[in-house]
Amino acid sequence: MSQSLGVVTPELISFEKPLQLERGQTLPRYDLMIETYGSLNADKSNAVLVCHALSGDHHAAGYHESESNKPGWWNHYIGPGKCIDTDRFFVVSLNNLGGCSGSTGPLSIDPETGKAYGPAFPEVTVLDWVHAQARLADHLGIDKFAAIVGGSLGGMQALQWSITYPDRLESAVIIAAAPRLTAQNIAFNEVARQAIMRDPNFFDGNYADHDVIPASGVGLARMVGHITYLSDISMGEKFGRNLPREDRDAEGVNFAVEQYLRYQGKQFSGRFDANTYILMTRALDYFDPTLNESTALSQVLSETRCKFLVLSFTTDWRFSPSRSEEIVDALIQAGKPVSYARLESAHGHDAFLIPDATYERLFKAFMSRVHADLGGTS
Amino acid sequence: MISHSYRIPDWIDNNARVLDLGCGDGRLLAQLVETHAIHALGLELDPDKIATCLDLGLSVIQQDLDRGLSNFNDQQFDTVIMTQTLQAIRRPDLALSEMLRVGREAIVTFPNFAYIRNRIQLGLAGHMPVNPQLPNPWYDTPNIHLSTFRDFEELCQTLGIQILDKDTQNLSGKRTWLGTVWPNLFGEVAVYRLTKEP
Repeated sequence: MSQSLGVVTPELISFEKPLQLERGQTLPRYDLMIETYGSLNADKSNAVLVCHALSGDHHAAGYHESESNKPGWWNHYIGPGKCIDTDRFFVVSLNNLGGCSGSTGPLSIDPETGKAYGPAFPEVTVLDWVHAQARLADHLGIDKFAAIVGGSLGGMQALQWSITYPDRLESAVIIAAAPRLTAQNIAFNEVARQAIMRDPNFFDGNYADHDVIPASGVGLARMVGHITYLSDISMGEKFGRNLPREDRDAEGVNFAVEQYLRYQGKQFSGRFDANTYILMTRALDYFDPTLNESTALSQVLSETRCKFLVLSFTTDWRFSPSRSEEIVDALIQAGKPVSYARLESAHGHDAFLIPDATYERLFKAFMSRVHADLGGTS
Repeated sequence: MISHSYRIPDWIDNNARVLDLGCGDGRLLAQLVETHAIHALGLELDPDKIATCLDLGLSVIQQDLDRGLSNFNDQQFDTVIMTQTLQAIRRPDLALSEMLRVGREAIVTFPNFAYIRNRIQLGLAGHMPVNPQLPNPWYDTPNIHLSTFRDFEELCQTLGIQILDKDTQNLSGKRTWLGTVWPNLFGEVAVYRLTKEP
């Protein structure tokens, strides 16, 4: 029987050794905000790393004491008896470098200036995140993860892990991801960034100096993003041409979908840092393990040593099934063990977060097998 | 579709790279992993069956066989298997050619439409056969390309495919005396081992 993890507590881990970043800069020190669920077995073989997507954070499952009504972003899939079964696995989830939920990022103090980094925070990449995650694994005493799992940008991190640290994971679960973004995808991110940068309160990223936040720009960026995470079908089912709800602010709103997007934008701008949003979308845009096709993806993946599960969703048009199939085909060409399913869903890109019986069945079957193959004690 | 227990003779090498087209619940591949330590990959369309394959620890790709095998390299596998599926795909001829492009050898099984019971149902009773071998009525059947052993062997000749071996069985996977002597009349299922003519 599956149940919730209950109350979980984040933990801040400090790293005092400098981290050399892919683009040349160095972070002298950094903190990572993490959560762990379940317990590490005696031979430390049952760890699962969960990588978050664009706007996610370390709070993947369970509840925080202060917010008893709002579970972690993947609560449905992580917990006792769930797909990522915390009775079997030790789950590690973190806020990535450059994030705004407690890990070192634009909101943190730059030790050299004594001021918040703001827009001066170095540009980080998916590879940098993976290196930072590997150091976190070292800190936790984990040589090899049983699985590294992520959806969307999180799936890209799992893919990067399989390439960069082939000996440090038994399996990778890559959900609703792509080997790299298309021009259309980068274009959506650019519209989101422009919305932020053109907000008069942005001040070239130095909004903190003026005691303001570019809330309107961040909200607009979220609205654009949100449209691309849903599908025409799911928006039709949820809103259709319904009129706004009267119990919520409906000023100047003609349709329910407008009210919803504004609400989402407003909520998001209150919790998410503008500089982090720009940094995260850039990391997403630049992700490309083929280095601009200088090497074929199948070649890049030829050194991987883990088992792969790749999942996509039929109505996902932001990271469409054909993008996942590029990863699958490259793995097949490279002769690597890969399983793949294209799941029927009306929920677009967001489907990877949403409960679905078939999705759960496949994900759980794969993870159960990962556990069964661990050997040793667990 | 069609389910009974055909038996695959020992035509697969240890550690072979094996692709199973329409692998179903993965029973055959899992068995070959056990007995021959093969490197197995299955293609299957039904998510429930894919889940069962994952339960068994198999690698399985959700793929429609009618879309071809263009995502596989030439001669990427030692053996490509297709059991009781050939009659259900749109172009069996293209499928056979593709199987022997991506694999060195192919193993194919399908129901024999010229089996005596079918001949009686069609020839004497004047009905499309419905029986344990072909359980679906003509208007609602996945089996759109029924053929006989003789038809199949002629197609192989046309496609330049060499029949290395052939094993005729009844629905329980047993070899019968009559089925061996007059396969096209008394064989219900045949297992063919094929390769591309040099």
